[in-house]
Amino acid sequence: MKMVMSREEVFRATGPTSSTSVDVKLGAKKDGTITAAHAVLRYHNGAFPGFWGMLGAMTSFACYDIKNVKSIGYDVLVNRPKVAAYRAPSAPMAAFAVESSMDLMAEKLGIKPIDLRIKNAAKEGSKASYGPTYGPIGIGPTLDAAKNHPHMRAKLKKNQGRGMACGFWFNFGGQTCVDLNIGSDGSVNLIVGTVDVGGSRASLSLIVAEELGISYDQVKTNIGDTASLGHNDMTDGSRGTFSSGMAAIFAARDAINVLKERAAKMMDVPVEDIKWENGQANATGKAHSNMAPLTLKEIAAAAAKTGGPIAGHKEVVADNAGVSFASHICDVEVDPETGSTRVIRYTVIQDAGKAIHPDYVEGQFQGGAAQGIGWALNEESIYGADGRLQNPGFLDYRIPVCSDLPFIDTQILEIPNPNHPYGVRGVGETSIVPPLAAIGNAVSNAVGVRMNHVPMSPIRILKALEDAS
Amino acid sequence: MVIVRFSGSIRSAVDDIESLNFEADTIHQLFYKLALQYPKLESLLQEDIAVAINGEIYRDNWDTKIPPGAEVFLLPRIQGG
Repeated sequence: MKMVMSREEVFRATGPTSSTSVDVKLGAKKDGTITAAHAVLRYHNGAFPGFWGMLGAMTSFACYDIKNVKSIGYDVLVNRPKVAAYRAPSAPMAAFAVESSMDLMAEKLGIKPIDLRIKNAAKEGSKASYGPTYGPIGIGPTLDAAKNHPHMRAKLKKNQGRGMACGFWFNFGGQTCVDLNIGSDGSVNLIVGTVDVGGSRASLSLIVAEELGISYDQVKTNIGDTASLGHNDMTDGSRGTFSSGMAAIFAARDAINVLKERAAKMMDVPVEDIKWENGQANATGKAHSNMAPLTLKEIAAAAAKTGGPIAGHKEVVADNAGVSFASHICDVEVDPETGSTRVIRYTVIQDAGKAIHPDYVEGQFQGGAAQGIGWALNEESIYGADGRLQNPGFLDYRIPVCSDLPFIDTQILEIPNPNHPYGVRGVGETSIVPPLAAIGNAVSNAVGVRMNHVPMSPIRILKALEDAS
Repeated sequence: MVIVRFSGSIRSAVDDIESLNFEADTIHQLFYKLALQYPKLESLLQEDIAVAINGEIYRDNWDTKIPPGAEVFLLPRIQGG
């Protein structure tokens, strides 16, 4: 069965993220040590129970090492369309409230916002606000990098303001299986079940090429359908490169074992004497020192005579995805007459664990920031008195386009995830968590009035200025 | 012996206690013993809970070993977008 929906039907029926209200209280010593934090978070769930309030409560203070923390999340059932998962679900709204409060606290204490965050940043061994103890994490390094970034020292002009904010997302792995088939021409085909939503195929091909010791252009990664592979969880939780990458590594190593067995037959030496290096089988030991190595291509070409097709497989529950943190810096310019806001400079600093394909990692950082900028400044579902959505289309539900955005600068940090063979962490979701707060802090610094509602549309900014005067 | 701690939303299914001591070598053993002691927890254990062992979060793998003295934290199962 195939169901086709119009754009309007998609807007009305497939679920936006939650509208939210949050109250935050922070307590701190004069030196900036935060001693207590409290949040009450209310997430609209539509007509059905969900778990959005819980996710907001769990993520709210995850960036910080605070001795006394309490977060209460409410799922509020209302007569509105259902809510659906939306990139790091629930976390951006919680971060907007907490990170705005961090700036207010910094102002109260006379401490630079970044220094307050550095002083209270969680680190390895800190007890996460949602319970467990952190392993190696990247919030401290992203903040240090932000403090030392040239963006932080750039001069601002009239009507311009700078803000920063931090963000956290859990990431996860899940059920994953891959097949790796070596063709008789030596080409390598990897089949994965995680749909490519951000460039993961290129990263997975790089991983396989690295393991096999061959060039990237010999490997092709394809997405298999339900009938092609065993069960794979869907591509969510920033798991594509983490989980399929883990399975691909082990599938490649499985294939190498087969390649070594075949090479041993072809060379007539014990398999224990075969070593796989740089994409070829080498016979080791004095007795075999004169034997020429066999390349993957040569072994593949002879496969029919040595036992048939060569392949590797792996089925895995890829747990321990490794949590992810980011710090964002944002400059805005606000027109005080119209309330219009332009983002004039934006920097994303995030821990990727290990950036397998840095360009695609950068793309994820930029995509999340762009999505968050839209959320912060423009995007809003507007309901009429009759409870019906008034703007079910991209003309009135305005997402940012290229001309709305500056180049989004990125800095990739690599604090390896100890639970992945290459140290990979998910990178897809964390980058949407800080932008609402970073822009909120920047706009507040530009106009001198605290903005506590998104989107910070021209009308809301003018209203805030009017109320303040 | 491991100390098992419960997050706020799960705590209501274990009579609001914060932590318990258990003899369990694997997640499967832990879940089995928890379900016997707290029947209200059984449905949650099937699908809605993840386990953090010394800070590392496991969602699905029941064979995972729990080292003696480990910090074990039951928390809601996370999904992403």
